[in-house]
Amino acid sequence: MDIKEIIQPENMVYHKPDLLNDVPMHYCPGCSHGVVHKLVSEIVAEMGMNEKTVGVSPVGCAVFAYKYIDIDWEEAAHGRAPAVATAIKRLWPDRLVFTYQGDGDLACIGTAESIHALNRGENITIIFINNAIYGMTGGQMAPTTLMGMKTATCPYGRDAKLHGYPLKITELAANLEGTCYVTRQSVHTVGAINKTKKALRKAFENSMQGKGSSLVEIVSTCNSGWKMSPEKANKWMEENMFPYYQLGDLKDTTNQ
Amino acid sequence: MKQELIIAGFGGQGVLSMGKILAYSGLIEGKEVTWMPAYGPEQRGGTANVTVIVSDEPISSPILSSYDTAIILNQPSMEKFEDKVKPGGTLIYDGYGINNPPTRKDINVYRIDAMDVAAEMNLIKIFNMIILGGYLKLHPIVEIDSVLKALKKTLPERHHHLIPQNEEAIRKGMELVK
Amino acid sequence: MADQEITLMKGNEAIAHAAIRCGCDGYFGYPITPQSEVLETLAEQKPWETTGMVVLQAESEVSSINMVYGGAGCGKKVMTSSSSPGVSLMQEGMSYLAGAELPCLVVNVSRGGPGLGTIQPSQADYFQSCKGGGHGDYRLIVLAPSSVQEMADFVDLSFELAFKYRNPAMILSDGVIGQMMEKVVLPPFKPRRTEEQIKKEAPWAALGRDKNRKPNIITSLELDPSVMEDINIRLQKKYAQIQENEVRYEEYMLEDADYAIVAFGSAARIAKKAIELARGEGIKVGLLRPITLWPFPIKQVAALKDKVKGILSLEINAGQMVEDIRLAVECKIPVAHYGRLGGIIPAPDEVVDALKKMM
Repeated sequence: MDIKEIIQPENMVYHKPDLLNDVPMHYCPGCSHGVVHKLVSEIVAEMGMNEKTVGVSPVGCAVFAYKYIDIDWEEAAHGRAPAVATAIKRLWPDRLVFTYQGDGDLACIGTAESIHALNRGENITIIFINNAIYGMTGGQMAPTTLMGMKTATCPYGRDAKLHGYPLKITELAANLEGTCYVTRQSVHTVGAINKTKKALRKAFENSMQGKGSSLVEIVSTCNSGWKMSPEKANKWMEENMFPYYQLGDLKDTTNQ
Repeated sequence: MKQELIIAGFGGQGVLSMGKILAYSGLIEGKEVTWMPAYGPEQRGGTANVTVIVSDEPISSPILSSYDTAIILNQPSMEKFEDKVKPGGTLIYDGYGINNPPTRKDINVYRIDAMDVAAEMNLIKIFNMIILGGYLKLHPIVEIDSVLKALKKTLPERHHHLIPQNEEAIRKGMELVK
Repeated sequence: MADQEITLMKGNEAIAHAAIRCGCDGYFGYPITPQSEVLETLAEQKPWETTGMVVLQAESEVSSINMVYGGAGCGKKVMTSSSSPGVSLMQEGMSYLAGAELPCLVVNVSRGGPGLGTIQPSQADYFQSCKGGGHGDYRLIVLAPSSVQEMADFVDLSFELAFKYRNPAMILSDGVIGQMMEKVVLPPFKPRRTEEQIKKEAPWAALGRDKNRKPNIITSLELDPSVMEDINIRLQKKYAQIQENEVRYEEYMLEDADYAIVAFGSAARIAKKAIELARGEGIKVGLLRPITLWPFPIKQVAALKDKVKGILSLEINAGQMVEDIRLAVECKIPVAHYGRLGGIIPAPDEVVDALKKMM
């Protein structure tokens, strides 16, 4: 088969989602963001919502999400994405509105906005990328940094006496009356990616059906920040992150 | 015609609502009015006061340094506002709870024991209307009819049956002023 | 006609009623004295059942202003209101709104500071409103109402200017105008804009990408300094245009005046009374009242230097606008300041004394 044949539609077994722009991403090789972007692009198109979706990007590595997914976006101030999304969804109830936030954005500076948007049951989806570190600013401690984990601002390892404990904000969210679906997933294997796609689809559908807030946490790697190869980072995540941030649904009231 | 007045007393005495009804009555007659309260926690239990201006001309400042009339319903307000009545102006006070009556000789002082009368008539809740009646006898800046219309506007529907009592209180206040 | 009914209400209530009537799509706010009646009145009026306006009590002023950002970014006519400490919390959001060029209305019913300060009236937020407040080179369009009627009228005017220039607008009021009741004729009802109208008037809005256009991105971020400089230059051109076209002011008894008081908002009301008193004593004094604090009526104030012997800047603060007055008259005539602080409101006779002292 030559190249011309290979790219014939009938021979294609995989292609880039239409909504994923053909521009180089600034994400590091091995980063989880690219995979999640791809899933979001696929789901929006599969739901037929290309023209009815507004994404809210955060401050953090995903600040430029708007360059990569070909939909309308509002870029929020650090931590305020759930407030921004609240207004968009309330003012345009027939739109699909989601936020895409990291651990610092969602679980530190924006804790109040996250908890209250979820508690009000806003019909939005919060996509929460938890890689236990501040990637964009160069590897500082995050609210979700594990005990003993070394970062630029806890170079001797996270110490409860100095820094407190890693925040399980997703468990908190599961206890709020306003949330209908709270789940923790990952994208480090094909199986995990498929599960995450299902979770995101469910969350988006919940928000369009007015069922309340959905939170999809995706436990992710930051191989640059963790100073590891992508492969090693995945292994480290499995061994260290998953025991503390256990995967699976924490709450699902949508089938009741 | 222009009347610049201050109504001052304790929170809960109906100081703000008396001012509001007076301002509304002026509005109904097509006059210019302002109602400026001292707002905040003062309203609750502490002293409350409101500046009301009713005028045929546009009103400049809603905040004043001196008043044509002061209606004073407690001792702290007496201390604060007796001096602020313009020479030749009017000071109306309820004797109830006033230990040191006004001493100025260059103003017209009227005592209305509205609290006592209201207790006798079982109209404690609208004792402020007795005071208002007394004021309107001295300064008929609005018609009683307008006051009744204002009451209808400002009172919630469920309290409209109390309007005749309010009228009675106003008329009683007019009788009391000498 | 019901629309034209004269009614008696507080400045704060007038803001709420005017918002509903002018086709506002959303209000996001947080309680704080002395402006809570705005949210209370909206909650009581339930406009979501009539015009469809969204009313939401947010978890903080930080959240309120970011909801305004969200709502403005998707093309809607949205607003918030607060008082000084709450408006301080909003400053980051204001800078983002200005940077992303989003039209919206922020009402400040200001009170005395600094810090938690007092709940009593003050005009000490002039600098914050007119000189930035948040970070970066930006301007807000700032309107200063001096009556309950203007509180009502300036809501629609603010939205009009905000959308005309894609810029946040502010109503800088204070506890006097917010809490006092006066006669007001509410503006007539105007329907909220339809989706088609919004798409036409705000083609930049992020409300879902139509097939035939590129995505709309609402952001203030640009990491390339040369592009960011161009954006800033464009913003400055816009501000120059606003300065040129949108100055609003009122002149009162200036024709024969030997002295002028410059005052805005509630202080202008006190000034008018002081002028009445001073003229009673034979002092010829008039008032120039800036209605837009930014753009400041520079030319009108500058013209006073050939007309009067001195200017008294009456402000309920320690002297903020006085700096702009001195700049405008290039210090060619004496410019004095009189003000009270901490929630004390200057009485008209004090102003007359200050005027005499300057003479």
